[in-house]
Amino acid sequence: MKTIAVVTAGLSDPSSTRLLADLLSDATATALAQRGQEVRIEVVELRPLAHALTDHLLTGFAKGDLAAALKVVAEADGVIAVTPVFSASYSGLFKTFFDVLENGALDGTPVLVAATAGTPRHSLVLEHALRPLFSYLHAVVVPTAVFAASEDFGSTSLQGRVQRAAGELAALVFARARAGHLDQFDRDLAAMGDFEDLLNG
Amino acid sequence: MEYGIFTVGDVTTDPTTGRTPTEHERIKNTVAIAMKAEEVGLDVFATGEHHNPPFAAPASPPVLLAHIAAKTDRIKLSTSTTLITTNDPVRIAEDYAYLQHLADGRMDLMLGRGNTGPVYPWFGRDIREGIALAIENYALLHRLWREENVDWQGKFRTPLQGFTSTPRPLDGTPPFVWHGSIRSPEIAEQAAYYGDGFFSNHIFWPAEHTARMVDLYRSRFEHYGHGRAEDAIVGLGGQVYMAKNSQDAIREFRPYFDVAPVYGHGPSLEEYMATTPLTVGSPAEVVEKTLGFKEYAGNYQRQLFLVDHSGLPLDTVLHQLDLLGEVVAELRTHDAPVVELAETSERSSL
Repeated sequence: MKTIAVVTAGLSDPSSTRLLADLLSDATATALAQRGQEVRIEVVELRPLAHALTDHLLTGFAKGDLAAALKVVAEADGVIAVTPVFSASYSGLFKTFFDVLENGALDGTPVLVAATAGTPRHSLVLEHALRPLFSYLHAVVVPTAVFAASEDFGSTSLQGRVQRAAGELAALVFARARAGHLDQFDRDLAAMGDFEDLLNG
Repeated sequence: MEYGIFTVGDVTTDPTTGRTPTEHERIKNTVAIAMKAEEVGLDVFATGEHHNPPFAAPASPPVLLAHIAAKTDRIKLSTSTTLITTNDPVRIAEDYAYLQHLADGRMDLMLGRGNTGPVYPWFGRDIREGIALAIENYALLHRLWREENVDWQGKFRTPLQGFTSTPRPLDGTPPFVWHGSIRSPEIAEQAAYYGDGFFSNHIFWPAEHTARMVDLYRSRFEHYGHGRAEDAIVGLGGQVYMAKNSQDAIREFRPYFDVAPVYGHGPSLEEYMATTPLTVGSPAEVVEKTLGFKEYAGNYQRQLFLVDHSGLPLDTVLHQLDLLGEVVAELRTHDAPVVELAETSERSSL
């Protein structure tokens, strides 16, 4: 069983960001099924976590549903991250979630990035904002990023891009071997080595 | 089991009056708080070390602690923490040994790395080397209190040839050392390696967090042959505000909580109490919550409470200490029976 975490930062209900996230997760699940791979989709809606995210910024720790959401993303075999475009970039809510995700949580994780906006003029936000963010987080960002302006929901070409991106994500997720998840404490402990070596500098 | 208070020495505006104490007032108040802690029967007073506003904690804690030692008879004086990264370990060896003499042994110290980024470059250090500094500097400090004519060479400090730190520790017994860390396993390992104490600040994070660090320290303490894991020397922080009935405590403390430097403007007081060791309520509620710490930390040896922060005025803090004295008297009736620890030459009486 593989798990795909779908992080969606849409604020309205219904949300075109959530709609795009659903298209991408359905297509990814289908692509994995075609490889005979069972998959579980875990959707993380950020709007209900907005207060908890602010609290995390102020206190330094996650509680309740936010802690669970961060764990889902850190333990996922692949991530689909979808944000609305705000002021020529990802939304602050979207960024905050990845700001509080612990260091190393996405190391080597295949990530499909996607964004929605009212106008296609924002489409390069995927390349100048989202892709560098996830590269910094040491994720493996799939080559095809999916942008959907309002008008794309009336065109047939969106589904083609969705399927291509989902196919790329499915291939990486399928091929990725993952032996259990280590959190930051586990990784620090594993990296510490022998105390005598630390003593000897 | 020892009970006491620890202070960060913050100079914070009282949000209920808008009044900010002067540094002079804050420093004198700190002395009054330490004397009151002894009067109400607490065992330990610990001060932070700070090098930046808005703190009036001493840059060198022995300056404050030696003064308090002269004005008290019984309470043990400690730190929370002494910066092992940016202080010269030679000066720590000298200053704290001197304090040990002045206080007739009534002291110990807690080492920490410090998390204020600019303090490192102000003292010619790099925060990214915090762990390496803590390990090398303590290795030297440990030797300076145990050996004379030390020859030493390391990465961070000028070498020493034939150096003897003075004064020598009182009666040849080095001060007891705690190592404080919130999330770095290397520091729990370091405490275990030397058979020193491990202190978890504890108060700003959920319990799971503390439990993992304490468990690691305990298992490694046993691994290094210092005794059984359950007898490892653990200290915890706590944070309380009390009134005779809990509604009054919550009503009185909320304006301070809501704008407090560490957690202000974030979660509600009730949410924060549910997720961290903070207890705002009646003395009985403080007793109950504090006794609960053992459920995840095991039997431990030192409990320090934060009571004088976020702009609380002196008379309020002194009243809190009266109540804390009652709480501690009750907590003592629940102390685990004293276990025979394998005596090591450097342990002060716990």
